[in-house]
Amino acid sequence: MLRLEPRSAPSNLMVYLSPLLAMILMLVVGMIVFTILGQPPFKAFHAFFIEPINDWYGFGELLIKASPLALIALGLAVGFRANVWNIGAEGQLTMGAIAAGGVTLWLQDSTSAWILLPLMFIAGAIGGMLWASIPAFLRTRFNTSEILVSLMLVYVANLILSWLIHGPWRDPDGYGFPQSKMFEANALLPILIEGTRVHAGVLLTLVALVLAAVFFRWSLTAFQMRVAGLAPKAALYAGFKQRKTVWFGLLAGGAAAGLAGTAEIAGPIGQLLMPISPGYGFAAIIVAFVGRLHPVGIALASLLMALLYLGGESAQMQLGLPAAVSGVFQGMLLFFLLATDVLIQFRVRWISKTSTEAAS
Amino acid sequence: MSLKDAPPRLELSGITKRYPSVIANQDIDLLVQPGEIHALLGENGAGKSTLMKIVYGVVKPDTGSIFWNGQAVQIRSPAQARTLGIGMVFQHFSLFDTLTVAQNIALALDQKQDMQALSARISEVSTRYGLPLEPDRLVHLLSVGERQRVEIVRCLLQEPQLLIMDEPTSVLTPQAVRKLFETLRRLAAEGCSILYISHKLDEIRELCDTATVLRGGKVTGTANPKIESSKSLAELMIGKELPAYNRTQQRQVGEPRLVINDLSRATDDPFGTSLEHIQLTVHAGEIIGIAGVSGNGQQELLYALSGEKPGISTEVLIKGQAAGGLDAAGRRDLGLRFVPEERLGRGAVPEMSLELNALLTGYANGLSKSGFTQYAKIREFSKACIERFNVKAAGPEAAAKSLSGGNVQKYIVGRELMLNPEVLVIAQPTWGVDVGAASFIRQTLLDLSNTGVAVLVISEELDELFEICDRIAVIAAGQLSTAKPVAETSIEEIGLLMGGMRTSPATEQRAI
Repeated sequence: MLRLEPRSAPSNLMVYLSPLLAMILMLVVGMIVFTILGQPPFKAFHAFFIEPINDWYGFGELLIKASPLALIALGLAVGFRANVWNIGAEGQLTMGAIAAGGVTLWLQDSTSAWILLPLMFIAGAIGGMLWASIPAFLRTRFNTSEILVSLMLVYVANLILSWLIHGPWRDPDGYGFPQSKMFEANALLPILIEGTRVHAGVLLTLVALVLAAVFFRWSLTAFQMRVAGLAPKAALYAGFKQRKTVWFGLLAGGAAAGLAGTAEIAGPIGQLLMPISPGYGFAAIIVAFVGRLHPVGIALASLLMALLYLGGESAQMQLGLPAAVSGVFQGMLLFFLLATDVLIQFRVRWISKTSTEAAS
Repeated sequence: MSLKDAPPRLELSGITKRYPSVIANQDIDLLVQPGEIHALLGENGAGKSTLMKIVYGVVKPDTGSIFWNGQAVQIRSPAQARTLGIGMVFQHFSLFDTLTVAQNIALALDQKQDMQALSARISEVSTRYGLPLEPDRLVHLLSVGERQRVEIVRCLLQEPQLLIMDEPTSVLTPQAVRKLFETLRRLAAEGCSILYISHKLDEIRELCDTATVLRGGKVTGTANPKIESSKSLAELMIGKELPAYNRTQQRQVGEPRLVINDLSRATDDPFGTSLEHIQLTVHAGEIIGIAGVSGNGQQELLYALSGEKPGISTEVLIKGQAAGGLDAAGRRDLGLRFVPEERLGRGAVPEMSLELNALLTGYANGLSKSGFTQYAKIREFSKACIERFNVKAAGPEAAAKSLSGGNVQKYIVGRELMLNPEVLVIAQPTWGVDVGAASFIRQTLLDLSNTGVAVLVISEELDELFEICDRIAVIAAGQLSTAKPVAETSIEEIGLLMGGMRTSPATEQRAI
C-alpha cells in the first residue's frame, strides 16, 4: 500500500517537478473528461492544445494572452513572496484601464503617440496602484484582510467601468452600445509581427520579467519581503518595516495589473468596453503559483495558461463544448498543483504487504 | 536492593540507527537495572534523543535488539511502550492550556476514563510522590514546575517500570529541582528504573547511580558519577580537556551604555507577565546577568529592549540616547546587538541559507550597499562565522533549519558578535549548545566585555551566570531585583529570589 512519509528536508527537485506533474495530471484527467463528454480524446486534445497554435497567427494570440498574465503574475509574486495576498488584480487591471482610457479620450485628438502612449501607461499604473492602495491602507491602519478587501473591490471597479461606458464615456456615434469611442491610431500600440496581433505590450512584459528577476535576486527590499513572508518574527527582530512590506507588495501588484489593463485597451481591444479582461487578474494568481513565484517559471506558466484560454475557445468552436471548459482546465491545474506540492515535504513510500501486517 | 537477581529492566544491544546524512546511533549497548537511576550523558547531537525515541517506540532502529525484563521485544509505537510500562516526560510539555489537569491527563491515557475516579487517582498518586496537584485547575494557571508535575503524574498513573526524563530540570528553580529529585529517589526505591537525560553534570552526580556517556552516536564510556568529578565527566563527553576561563580579575568599568529606566509594560498576552518598574544600568566593559525561572517577564523584557515592541522613548537609553521608541533597526544603528532565545523563526529564518541569515541583521554593516545585496561579502562573512564559531553545517548555503539547535545558536551568536556590538543583549547564550561550544561562547562574551562592550545576559542557568557575570539580578513576576556583585551573593540567595521570596505570596506559586 502507499504511504506518505515526511521528508527529512524538503525536496528541491519536487519544487520544480511538481508543476510539471500537475500539468500532466491535468492533461490525463482532461482526456478522461473529453471521453466522458463523448469526444474522441486525441481529437479533442488536438483541438484544444495543438490547433490554436499551429500557425503564426495562433502563436501570436498565445503571446498576447500570455503577456498580461505574466505581467500581472510578476507584480503579484512580489507581494505573495511576503505573504501579502492581493486577490484583486482583476479590479486593479480595470481601474488601470479606466485611468488610461480617460487619458486617451481626453488627449487623443491633440497629442502625438510618443507622448500619449507613455502618458496612458503612467496613468494605467497609477490607476492600478490607487485601487491597490485601498486594501494596503485598510490593512496597515485597521488590520483588515487584504484578501477580502482587494477581492470585493474587483466588483466595485467593474461597476465603475459599467457606469462610465453606459454614461459619460459612451460613444455618441456607437448606436447606443455600452462602449467608448474607438481609440485613434496614436493611442494604439504598434504591431510587432506582421499578420498577427502581437503588440508592443509584449515587450513591456519582457522588460518586466528581466527587472523582476534582478529585483528578486539582488535587491535588499525583495530579501526583506521574503523574510517577512517566511518568518514574520524574524522580520520584526531584524527591524524590517511591516507596513512597507504590505504597501510595496500591494502597489507592485496594482501597478502591474494597471499596466496590463492599459496594454489590453491600447492593444487588441482599442476602446473601453465590458469586460476588459477575461479574468486575467484571477488567472494570474494561478500563473504566479504554478511559476513558483519566480520570473522564469511565471513566463512558462503564463504560456500554459494562455494556451488554456485559446484551447477553450477552440474547443467551443470545433467540438461544441461549453465555454466553461477553459475554467475547468484552469481549476484542475491549480488543484493538481496544490496536491503535488505535498510531495515537496512528503515522499510516497510503497509499503510491502508483509511489513504492513507486522505493523498492525 | 533485593532485586539483584532479577533480569535487567532494559537492555539495548548493538542498536544502530542511520539517517540519510548521519549515523545517529552506532552499535549502542545500554543496561538499566530495576530501581536504578541511570544517566544518559552527551553533547547535542550525540544521539541521546534518537536513542530515547527508539526505546519509547517513536523511531525504529535499523539493527540491534531490545530486551525488556529479559525478554526480547520490538517496540513499534509509544502506545506499545506504555503498555510495556515505559513512560516518558518530554523536555517540551504537550499540555493544552485551556483544559484542566485531569482533562489533560485523560487525553493522554489510552482508555476512556471516568473523570471522577481519575481525579481521585491523580490526587492519590500526586500526594504519594510529593507532587501536589489540583486536578481541577486549568493548566494555564500552573507554573512551569507544576506543569512538569502534570507530565510526571500522567506517566506515574500508568505504573511505569521505566521512566525516561529528558532534560527535566532546565525550567526549574534550584528548590524545585531538589523536590523533583526527592520524588525520583522515592520512585527508584520502589523499583522503578529511571533514565535521566541531562547535560547538567552536578545534578547527575547528585542523583544518578550510573552514567552512560555518548559521543558522536557511540557509547564512549560508562562511569559512576558519584566517584567521577564534573570535570572528568565533561571530558568523557567532549573527548578532550575543558578549557579554563581566562578572566581579567581587575575589571575596568566604563560609562553607562544601556540604561533601563523605570520600565513598566502591561502585557496584552493572557499568559504573559507584566513588567513593573524595571531599573538597570549596564556599563561598558561589564557583564550583567538576569536570572529567573522562565515566564517571569524575560520575554517581555527582551521584546522591550530589542525594539521588537517599542514603547516610551525614555524607558531605554542606549549610549545615552533615548531609544525606547525606536524599532529594532533603529536600536541596531545605535550599536545594540541582540540574540533572542527563539533561534529558528526569530533569530534566523529556517528556510533560508546561512548566508541569507547573515544578511538578516548584517544588512546595515556592509552586507548590502545602496539597496542591493553584496553576495561576495555575505559569503565571506558567513564562512568566517562558520569557521570562527565552529558551526557544523554543510556550508554557507545550508538552510538554517538543517542545522541542529546548538549549531544554529552558535551561528546566530557568532553573527551578532561579528557585527561589532557596543551593547550586547543575549538570551540563553548556551541553551542547547554542547559543553565545548558553551565554554567557547562564554569565553567570547568575557573577551567582548574586556574590549569595553556592555553585555546583558538573560539565562536560566545559574552556574553560567556565576561563571561570567560581574553582577547578577533576578527577575520574578515581572520585577527585577537590584543587581548584586557576584562576590556578594550566592546560588542559594539567587534561588530564593527566583522563587519570588521577595514578592507577594500570590506570585510565589507561579514561580516554583
